[in-house]
Amino acid sequence: MSDAHAAHEHAKLGFWRHYVFSTDHKVIGIQYAISALVFLLFGFTLMMLMRWQLAFPGKALPILGGLFGDNRMPGGVMLPEFYDQLGAMHGTIMVFLGVVPLGVGGFGNYVVPLQIGAPDMAFPRLNMMSYWSFFIGGVVMLSSFFVPGGAAQAGWTSYPPLAILNPTGQTFWLIGMIFLITSSLLGSINFITTIIQLRAPGLSFFRLPFFVWAQFVTSFLLLLAFPPLEAAGVMQLMDRVAGTSFFLPSGLVVSGQALHASGGGSPLLWQHLFWFLAHPEVYVLILPAMGIVAEIIANNTRKPLWGYKPLVYSVLFLGFMSFIVWAHHMFLTGMGTVMSSFFQTTTMIISIPSVVILTCLILSLWGGSIHYRVPMLFALAFLPMFAIGGLTGLPLGLSTTDIPLHDTYYVIGHFHYIVAPGSLLALFAGIYYWFPKATGKMMNKALGHLHFWPTFVCMNLIFFPMMLQGLAGMQRRLFDGGATYNFTAGVQHWNEVISISAWVMGVAQIFFIVNFFWSMKRGKKVDRNPWHATTLEWLAPSPPPHGNFENALRVTRGPYDYSSPGAAEDFSPQGEAVPAEAGA
Amino acid sequence: MSEAIPYTVEARPDTGVNNVKIGIWLFLASEVMLFGALFASYILLRLGADSWPAGWNELNVNLGGANTLILIASSMSIVMSWASLEKNQPRRYRIYMTITVLLGIFFLINKGFEYHEHIVEHQLPSTSTFFALYYTLTGLHALHVACGTLVNLYLLLPGFKMWKRSPEQFTNRVETAGLFWHFVDIVWIFLFPVLYLLP
Repeated sequence: MSDAHAAHEHAKLGFWRHYVFSTDHKVIGIQYAISALVFLLFGFTLMMLMRWQLAFPGKALPILGGLFGDNRMPGGVMLPEFYDQLGAMHGTIMVFLGVVPLGVGGFGNYVVPLQIGAPDMAFPRLNMMSYWSFFIGGVVMLSSFFVPGGAAQAGWTSYPPLAILNPTGQTFWLIGMIFLITSSLLGSINFITTIIQLRAPGLSFFRLPFFVWAQFVTSFLLLLAFPPLEAAGVMQLMDRVAGTSFFLPSGLVVSGQALHASGGGSPLLWQHLFWFLAHPEVYVLILPAMGIVAEIIANNTRKPLWGYKPLVYSVLFLGFMSFIVWAHHMFLTGMGTVMSSFFQTTTMIISIPSVVILTCLILSLWGGSIHYRVPMLFALAFLPMFAIGGLTGLPLGLSTTDIPLHDTYYVIGHFHYIVAPGSLLALFAGIYYWFPKATGKMMNKALGHLHFWPTFVCMNLIFFPMMLQGLAGMQRRLFDGGATYNFTAGVQHWNEVISISAWVMGVAQIFFIVNFFWSMKRGKKVDRNPWHATTLEWLAPSPPPHGNFENALRVTRGPYDYSSPGAAEDFSPQGEAVPAEAGA
Repeated sequence: MSEAIPYTVEARPDTGVNNVKIGIWLFLASEVMLFGALFASYILLRLGADSWPAGWNELNVNLGGANTLILIASSMSIVMSWASLEKNQPRRYRIYMTITVLLGIFFLINKGFEYHEHIVEHQLPSTSTFFALYYTLTGLHALHVACGTLVNLYLLLPGFKMWKRSPEQFTNRVETAGLFWHFVDIVWIFLFPVLYLLP
């Protein structure tokens, strides 16, 4: 690998090798980030369509309604089947093609090698394969909208037997997932190896920035939790194409007819295997976000993070515990009280490290001279949003209180508070924070504020009313927003508020898109370290060249040495360039 | 600073290993989770079943046993091929690697005969949960054997050029392929008794 690398070191790479089939971690990181942002926008668009149906059930969607064809929206009125496709694909796209690829594939790829002072990832070609496997998986997922019967419509969880009996789109979903799992497998091997092996001299594990720790733990979750879903995906694929009955119980009757299958399978088996991945996946969604917030808080309070070691131990413990909480998603399946007791106990235990992390981040603000820059606004907003998301999860983690709340809009509100106002705000913070490193230009501050405030307000107007609806008993996945049930009449009117907030938030994203492209061209030029930050990525030029650093580095101190007494400036970079003769 | 990735061949002093060694072990860890989930599914489905056939009544124990011996032999031959490189004996390496590749192919041919036998008797994945598991587990395993054989074939023929240029890196590659091959072997060591020999 090294010789292949050296061979194209100085030669000018063609367009295809430089921008498309690149092995440079920075190009791959940007490819991941931009693809993920496009997928996020697409997934959000699906939701904006669904919100029309929920706010105004059975009414024709004006103007755009005619574009979707008679098998989706005849006369502009959404069919239930199409609503189900939108719902299933919204979840799938946001989780597997949006937030994870942005947080891990995008920020992980771009920032981790820079923060540990490495020239690239340990396996650059695997890194490229990881991206292209993700890309193919994404294309397969999107193309499923155009196969007969449309895209997958059994929810993002694809519970059998429904998923097995669904049209062809579900097969595409499974094949797409296998590509995405392959992608995250290659990526996670690469991250862990890179972090263990390619740390710059002097960068011991307890000098790693918290963001790197978060990515390290995330990679272990991806590495070990995804394969069981792959196994489950293969089995569901076998059920669909080879006629097996892994997940089909005996004596299943569909539409009044006995299903022709050998039977003997277990739908619960799928749920166990699915949630064995999908609970750690929740931490895959949130840990990179926490890492980003930690970096930005240290930088903008101009003081070291409060409790670096508790943060690291918490994130390690969190990663371990996340493997043994999965069945708290299954309290209503009748798996038994012993199982429920075990899993609610582990669920209560896992909330402890989450609270420790949040507390450390909040205490880090104490006594700081806070700079309210745009990335810091997003990072600060993350803290209460994650707190709401986390605390509203506790009643769901106890089997007794979960029974009335299960599958209601309360659940939707809860987990969206974690991933949308939580993770997504942190990921936006990361974009504003590292944009100058990646492009050498600063993003516009006024547009940043115009993006932040409406997004922050609307997110709360979207997700908080959902909790009220859920407490009143409104079920999720209802295509008419619960209009047929009398007992939710008192909370029906929130549907319009939520939908309008979602559309306003969609409009507010235009400020971000404009800012992104405008700043790339015309943003204020910056030097290496516009934020006066301490971590190693700010020692490299902006943008860093292929190979990242001009000189060998030596790390001399911990990651957040801000405002050291006696230091000349209020920040002391973590490392320094080794003089040429002493280096190598 | 040079742009080459450090520790691709030589070990990093403080961790004691090179990148590839960590990479392959991580990959194998994820493979353990993959097959672990399938074995866990076997247990769960079998516990929930009304009746379960004895493996030897449904499957051909002789062919399965032969395949067990073939894989164990191939595990030995791939170790010998790596040891030959360590002792700087490329000719013996090629002999042992050829044996390994051939044994991998024999395994797949044998497996093909076995599948054929079942298919003509209409014992298909859709027949019963037992056969569904049999086809899925052995099919996924056979896919691993096929991929491993392709890698070994690459290291035997076109990949061998690297021996002249960079013997240490080539030896590492053979070692890595060997680790994967042993894993595939170990999976079969679990599969064979579970599917063929359990009553």
